[in-house]
Amino acid sequence: MASLKALRNRISSVKSTQKITKAMKMVAAAKLRRAQAQAEAARPYATRMAAMMGALAEGAADNPNAPALLVGNGADRTHLIVVVTADRGLAGPFNSSINRAARARVRKLEAEGKRVRLFTVGRKGRDFFRRDMREKIIGEANFVGKKTIEFADAEAIAQQIVAAFEGGAFDICTLMFNRFVSVMSQVPSETPLIPASAGQAANDNAGAGQHAGDYEIEPDDGTLLDRLLPRNLAVQIYSALLESAAGEQGARMTAMDNATRNAGEMINRLTLNYNRTRQANITKELIEIISGAEAL
Amino acid sequence: MTVALEIISPERLLLARPVSMVVIPGTEGDLGVLPGHSQMITSLRGGLIDLYEDEKLVDRFFVSGGFAQITEERCTVLADAIVKLAELDPLKAADELAAAEAAWREADEADEAGWRAASDRLITAQARVDALAAQNA
Repeated sequence: MASLKALRNRISSVKSTQKITKAMKMVAAAKLRRAQAQAEAARPYATRMAAMMGALAEGAADNPNAPALLVGNGADRTHLIVVVTADRGLAGPFNSSINRAARARVRKLEAEGKRVRLFTVGRKGRDFFRRDMREKIIGEANFVGKKTIEFADAEAIAQQIVAAFEGGAFDICTLMFNRFVSVMSQVPSETPLIPASAGQAANDNAGAGQHAGDYEIEPDDGTLLDRLLPRNLAVQIYSALLESAAGEQGARMTAMDNATRNAGEMINRLTLNYNRTRQANITKELIEIISGAEAL
Repeated sequence: MTVALEIISPERLLLARPVSMVVIPGTEGDLGVLPGHSQMITSLRGGLIDLYEDEKLVDRFFVSGGFAQITEERCTVLADAIVKLAELDPLKAADELAAAEAAWREADEADEAGWRAASDRLITAQARVDALAAQNA
């Protein structure tokens, strides 16, 4: 049986851990609210943009001169996967689930004989893929030390991706991130970025009922698409970043809530143990005194 | 009769209200949007968005490019970045104009996309300074 002193130390150490996890939970809850509001606020732009893309892309997709960002460059050899993770850990399975999903996808594509390149957003993804897929990483971004994610951040990432695409570094680009479903659940999901028409087909409802033919287009569809496509890419990345940021805080909140509860249970068990040991000691001493007195 | 105007920046829905007319800076020239306007999609250059109610100018915004989708009863502006004209900073505007001009001089005319980006930036910066000058005049 452990000594009283050891038990006391153990209890106080678990107590201070509990204080930390409780504080982290509360911080995550506050940040979650902010992140959710930000994601909510950004949604109108993304939906309107999707609607406009839908109206334009429909007409342009059959056009032989359609921009490569929209219809792809015809090849399907090299895939780029953009993995969005958090910069910090202690968020339960948040980072590892998206990393594992992305790794499984890389393996699957490679089994099909494709080449794979990676672009990591967030420090945790970079650290994970540096271990065994270092040579595949063509770029990375993180938001260490940043309070909020701004649209300019997403735009910078989009620019790097478009530049790599135009340089012929890859043919098809997919974005993988944790979609925020609720505080308790974040689901790893993926969105096709390049060619954009693949994504368009998937959410065709967005542009339903609108056709390019119904619209006058100024200056002309080619020029407009040239401007709209990189913009659309940035918007999709931005909303993924925001979803992921909200998901991160949700995951951390849940994880820290569990940790706080577990610490509480542990303290109860240790306290019980401590009291039992203390009483056993007292009883033992009493017996010693009494038997000593009887021996006289 | 009114047009349902929506001004949206990537970060948030900035404004949604009915107006009797709105003037937006299309790349090919300013467009006055009244109810019943023909359907169109246009890109925007840097310039002023003017909101009119009952023939009176009620609000002005400075937009630095973007897109607009117009239907008979609504006008949706997807702005790259947007501020109220009154909140524009004259010092920053002048700095940006100088920087944009320098970047434009440096830009290589052979690199079409880069050159276009630089000239778009210069046009936007110039429009911002002009908008401020017009406001103070």
